Amino acid sequence: MPKKGNDLRGVFINGLLTENPTFRLVLGTCPTLAVTTSAINGLGMGLAATFVLIGSNAVISLLRNFIPNKVRIPAFVVVICTFVTMIQMLMQAFVPPLYDALGIFIPLIVVNCIILARAEAFASKNNVVRSAMDGVSMGLGFTLALILISSIRELLGNGTVFGINLLGASFEPMLLMVLAPGGFIVFGLLLGIINAIGEKRKAGKEDKEVAAA
Amino acid sequence: MRLSEVGFFLFMIDCILTNNYIFSRFLGCCPFLGVSSKVETSIGMGLAVTFVMGLASLFTWTVYEFLLIPLKLEYLSTIAFIFIIAALVQFVEMFMKKSLPALYSALGIYLPLITTNCAVLGVALLNINSNYGLLESVLNGVFGALGFLLAIVMMAGVRERLETSDIPKPFRGFSISLVIAGMMAVAFLGFKGLVK
Repeated sequence: MPKKGNDLRGVFINGLLTENPTFRLVLGTCPTLAVTTSAINGLGMGLAATFVLIGSNAVISLLRNFIPNKVRIPAFVVVICTFVTMIQMLMQAFVPPLYDALGIFIPLIVVNCIILARAEAFASKNNVVRSAMDGVSMGLGFTLALILISSIRELLGNGTVFGINLLGASFEPMLLMVLAPGGFIVFGLLLGIINAIGEKRKAGKEDKEVAAA
Repeated sequence: MRLSEVGFFLFMIDCILTNNYIFSRFLGCCPFLGVSSKVETSIGMGLAVTFVMGLASLFTWTVYEFLLIPLKLEYLSTIAFIFIIAALVQFVEMFMKKSLPALYSALGIYLPLITTNCAVLGVALLNINSNYGLLESVLNGVFGALGFLLAIVMMAGVRERLETSDIPKPFRGFSISLVIAGMMAVAFLGFKGLVK
């Protein structure tokens, strides 16, 4: 077992990069495709999911010794639902434009596979601090992925990122990118590029190991 | 889109083609990508989803209208719906096992997966958000699911062909499937003008 600080950092890096929920685990594809029409929507969805992930991971980890194994999935769903309803009400009260833009995808965080997967794979086996940290890192990993996809789509489809015009007035927007097909194509190509980078790095590491041996 | 305004046929076209659950609403993408490697299994998954989505629309609408609204518990709708869906899936599975063993052996393994299919919860929430009546809700559920069936079978057909084609290694699997789905979505955009 490594030192505590190192361990938490490992958990953090894991969610952000090594096991990025969107690009490495390919979980939660529906919100990834649906809300990434503008960077601000991506950011909002990412932060809402992060809130739910941290909350549900912490509570499930606290309850992990009390929940009977047989009914654990319904129990997890109740906890997740509670946090989703909370964030739904908070967003409706404080950021109504974002609430309207994300629409039914806020209540649909309940069936986002990332959250149930982390509850099952991590929070039900680890202590509160590590589980909350896993929530933070997975949530931020999801948020970063959403911002990346939505920035590309917004830039190509509208010439802006976060509403700031970057490409100038002469740019002819590719409307297709902010429509449904753009989501599939941008996500698919990014996934391929990230796979390619991952494989290259792995090959590089193996070469180094061979050279060292 | 109201059933009373456009009539049965246009409502069906709207649910299946113009507002396809996968290509324009992005609901149910996980099984769409996960269970679409063979045509046969994708038909099974599509039929199981159709069955559950129709029933789920019926039950969630009834519970919302006759239980949650009178009790002023509308804010509990998400949690109530997910439980209805989970219970429904469990019930359908038990009923099929007992009474329709042939159908069960064909669809059985897909049924538990449906609980976490966001199209099912999505259709329940959409029915409520668009103030649909009972008949509209059930039709929306069934036709929406038929749109899903169409999408997943088309996808599986393409993916069976992909098996033998030479794709750059990093793009294999999810990546190329998403790009193909994007191209299909371009085609489905063409249906947009069908229903006004």
